[in-house]
Amino acid sequence: MNQMSEFAVEKAIGERMATTTSTSSGPAGGVKMAGKDVCVFYGEKQALFDVNLDIGAREVTALIGPSGCGKSTFLRCLNRMNDTIDIARIEGLITLDGNDVYDPGIDVVELRARVGMVFQKPNPFPKSIFENVAYGPRIHGIARNKTDMEEIVTSALKKAGLFEEVKDRLDEPGTGLSGGQQQRLCIARAIAVSPEVILMDEPCSALDPIATARIEELIDELRENYTIVIVTHSMQQAARVSQRTAFFHLGILVEEGATDVIFTSPREKRTQDYITGRFG
Amino acid sequence: MAATDIAGSSATPPSPRLPVVWKSDEMTRRRKARYAADRRLRLYGMVAIGFALGFLMILVGTLSFTGYRAFTQSMVTIDIDFSSAELDRNNLMESNWRTIFRDGVKDDVGELSRSEERDYFSMFTSSAAYLIRDRIIADRSILDGRATFTIPMSDPIDQLAKGLVDTNLPEDQRRVNDNQVKLFNQLKAKGAVSQPFNWGLFFNSDSRFPELAGLAGAISGSFWLLLVCFLISFPVGIGAAIYLEEFAPKNRFTDLIEININNLAAVPSVVFGLLGLAVFLGWFGLPRSAPFVGGLVLALMTLPTIIIVTRAALTSVPSSIREAALGIGASKHEAVFHHILPLSMPSIMTGTIIGLAQALGETAPLLLIGMNAFITSPPDGIFEASTALPTQIYIWADSPERGFVARTSAAILVLLAFLVSMNTIAIFLRQRFERRW
Repeated sequence: MNQMSEFAVEKAIGERMATTTSTSSGPAGGVKMAGKDVCVFYGEKQALFDVNLDIGAREVTALIGPSGCGKSTFLRCLNRMNDTIDIARIEGLITLDGNDVYDPGIDVVELRARVGMVFQKPNPFPKSIFENVAYGPRIHGIARNKTDMEEIVTSALKKAGLFEEVKDRLDEPGTGLSGGQQQRLCIARAIAVSPEVILMDEPCSALDPIATARIEELIDELRENYTIVIVTHSMQQAARVSQRTAFFHLGILVEEGATDVIFTSPREKRTQDYITGRFG
Repeated sequence: MAATDIAGSSATPPSPRLPVVWKSDEMTRRRKARYAADRRLRLYGMVAIGFALGFLMILVGTLSFTGYRAFTQSMVTIDIDFSSAELDRNNLMESNWRTIFRDGVKDDVGELSRSEERDYFSMFTSSAAYLIRDRIIADRSILDGRATFTIPMSDPIDQLAKGLVDTNLPEDQRRVNDNQVKLFNQLKAKGAVSQPFNWGLFFNSDSRFPELAGLAGAISGSFWLLLVCFLISFPVGIGAAIYLEEFAPKNRFTDLIEININNLAAVPSVVFGLLGLAVFLGWFGLPRSAPFVGGLVLALMTLPTIIIVTRAALTSVPSSIREAALGIGASKHEAVFHHILPLSMPSIMTGTIIGLAQALGETAPLLLIGMNAFITSPPDGIFEASTALPTQIYIWADSPERGFVARTSAAILVLLAFLVSMNTIAIFLRQRFERRW
């Protein structure tokens, strides 16, 4: 069955019929970021095929799909993290507030400050908890003085729901925290530079269910102030935290739309198969 | 399902597979053979280690056996009364110190004939008079009364004192004649002869006389060499490695550079010496025998090692750290200098120290730029002529005096001690600061 559907998809690519089904109208709160005809190549291999996706402001967009479907690749295009891969090549248009982020005039440092990222594996710097959070504001020169910096760090840790747990040991190494705490520290670190968009690449895949629940709650709270894009392997997670969902398969954006619609009445058969667990 | 399909398509029908009998003789034999192979491998390893250790023991053993005598030096204690000595107090430098010394030592033995006197005086280092002079010039108050001096005995007598001269041989076959043996025993009976630790080995510079020769010049020369070598190869090596690893585009050209760096690490050191001779001395006209030039040449040798080690250290920092930094908007150089470089520093330091230890023992390039000169005082800086530890060993090994045999071994032991301590520091750094991911 799996082979069958793959075959079907490849056939579809061959005929250049890869079109996205939009289940409902666009994002409710306006478009914060958008991808238009995004193709990504790793050397000779094409990883994304003409992806068109709008990301709504102040809501959570979940990118779902089986392994290797290109959802992480798309996510990493949004803050140009793919630039670090020599052989990656991107075609098409990705915009932040209507401006092309791949425009040669765009400052990638500014872009990454505005579009923060949380990675799959918690990756705090091997420095103190305070330093982890303070690093971003420091390099960007956001804090005016020492007290200001302390305020920024405290508020970021509070927003990430970590402050109460670590307030007495801010000078202890961030790597000494538990996995879930480390991931919240990474979220605090991203928040500290006051980004507009936060990208999360399977932020809970290395965490236990309790820590996962904690992060999901946090994502829900953060939605009020930030635009969030989350890549996840877990359908339940996508259903719980997101307002909009995009389903990728074999480098194609198969279907996107409001999460409740995608999960209850997807238009595409492949979406339905994936959601109901028949492949992936 | 797929397996059946393949089997079904072949001509022969599949034979039914018997259940595995783990306790069968064949199985037991097979396992036994596998365990035996394990044991054999362990034995080979132990034999190999034993071999290596054995050779190391032979090396250190023979060096210690010939070298330990150089760590003591036979000295004679003499008492000189300056109140009666003939010297010009306004011109101490040019007073007749030789006579003063000779009068002083003559007191210790009875009346001597002319030839006995000659034998007697040659039992002490020929610089004895200057040793006395220098001490008096440093402290004039000695002039008012008597003072005792401890003077090294000359090399043949030192050998005699250490029991290395066979007095049963006919007199013309040994370097110590009967008169001297008699006089030595006389001095010894008076308690004037002692054999203290040979501090001169560390605080004197090279000398034609083994009893005065020491390593101070060579040690300070090696220090300056390594300093120059470190100051050049460390920043340049790290800079090159960071550029190649983090910034350079991956293309044919950088591949070529990488191959060349790896090749450079394997170039024989004598070639670097020739290059130093031709370029630094020939074209640039830098001074001969100077630690600066030696350091430059050794830096060229150490550079590939440091580049290779640094690149390996940089790659070993997990990419998640790099991504974390870039992900919050750090620029590339911030990611490298704030995170990746500090994290790889312990490995880089370890590699650098090992590279420097290699440079410390390097002889051939130094010979070619003239650092095997005969230099009797430690260099004042990197542009003064100097020797280095390995070249000093080379010079001493080439010297005919008996005393240099032990001193050569002792110098090798000193060099080995420096190498071992540098490597110990490297291991300590690695264990103390290395981060496991």
